[in-house]
Amino acid sequence: MIPVLNITDLHKSFGELEVLKGIDLAMHKGDVVSLIGSSGSGKTTLLRCVNLLEEFGRGRIEIAGEPIGYREEGGRRRRLPERQIARQRAMTGMAFQQFNLFPHLSAVKNVMLGLTKTKKLPAEEARAIAESWLDRVGMLARKDHFPGQLSGGQQQRVAIARAIAMAPQLMLFDEVTSALDPELVSEVLAVVRDLGRDGMTMLLVTHEMRFARDVSSRVVFMHQGRIHEEGPPEQIFGAPGTERLKAFLSNSQS
Amino acid sequence: MNFEFFLADLWAARANLLAGLWQTVLISAGSVALGTLLGLLVGLGLSYGRLPLRIALRIYTDFLRGTPVFVLILACYYIFSAAGLDLDAFQAGCLALTLFCSSHVGEILRGALNAIPAGQTEAAKSIGLTFGQTFTSVLLPQALRQMLPTWVNTATEIVKASTLLSVIGVVEFLLAVQQVISRTYLSLEFYLFAGLVYFVLNFAIEQAGRAVERRIAIPR
Repeated sequence: MIPVLNITDLHKSFGELEVLKGIDLAMHKGDVVSLIGSSGSGKTTLLRCVNLLEEFGRGRIEIAGEPIGYREEGGRRRRLPERQIARQRAMTGMAFQQFNLFPHLSAVKNVMLGLTKTKKLPAEEARAIAESWLDRVGMLARKDHFPGQLSGGQQQRVAIARAIAMAPQLMLFDEVTSALDPELVSEVLAVVRDLGRDGMTMLLVTHEMRFARDVSSRVVFMHQGRIHEEGPPEQIFGAPGTERLKAFLSNSQS
Repeated sequence: MNFEFFLADLWAARANLLAGLWQTVLISAGSVALGTLLGLLVGLGLSYGRLPLRIALRIYTDFLRGTPVFVLILACYYIFSAAGLDLDAFQAGCLALTLFCSSHVGEILRGALNAIPAGQTEAAKSIGLTFGQTFTSVLLPQALRQMLPTWVNTATEIVKASTLLSVIGVVEFLLAVQQVISRTYLSLEFYLFAGLVYFVLNFAIEQAGRAVERRIAIPR
């Protein structure tokens, strides 16, 4: 079976600073992989490379077998044209730490935008899809509210609906609860957990260790731009194999 | 002050004054419309252009914004005719105001786009929008709301600056008033009247701007 996501030997530098030093990661349909690690370990950068929000210097990322972002041409590596990149970005959905809802559009219009612009669906069809996803995240009653009228947790649920309505092959979650007040965290995590149960393939960066343990099929611990240790959650949290992971886990008891 | 004389002279000169007022409206509206269109392109170039274009536009806007409008008007009037391009006073004046307006609108748009968080573009990209779609559906609607008050302010500045066209002989409202004064010698009365008319004009523009602002405000 072709992996949904296949990353081989991914390198990424910001100037002199190499933040990803050779990442290999494969995910199959229905996998839920959590990336954990201290800040600066490269988790978020890895996620952003998969969504082509960052360019990367070396290595290969394939979504459902299709190499994304670049093509080889006579031994030279070239960035794909804008249109191709846009199409490939839509193969993955991304939820951001800061939600990034479009403030001038109502909740339902936020979800509809990608459906009408990228997928070129007629407005009624887009609206129906948008409303069914807003219903799934418990936001249908507030579909005509604007982001400024919603709490952080509600905004994040709309943002997740916006990403997932595009029917991506892979959902990326970048610390989706980090900007939320503590009492709003659980409503967002419930939505993510629910999607995982439904078989959505998901790659999450999270600081919620209990949640990572709960929801993941696999946990990847990153340290200084490399995958330091990975395994099923019981093993990573129950019997960490390296000193670094032990130190990290004892520092982030939640 | 003789109010009855003034009213009689005002009535007698109504056709000339209205013609002048019409010129003022035409000059202002035309310059603001053209200047805004040009300015949006300038702002786009300033925000997204390649380096040489950005440098050229930066010089353009800084030069135009740093020059008194009066000098711009004289320059347009004299330089173009010296170069063999025959612009009449009306055209030269409108050109000067258009360029002036475009430099301001360009700078306002650049600032407004700059103020939009990077996350907006990233979110748009992540749902597969191209740059053009991101600009028209996500960035521009936010930028236009942000720039509206400053843009209205620029429009009123243009109305006021249009009085300077009187110097190169365009019979806009101020020059029409001055011509009446030279016949009637009622300078105080007519200048006060002119001030009142300009105030009403700009007040109307500002009120219209506020109404639009309320109408397109994002609920929160």
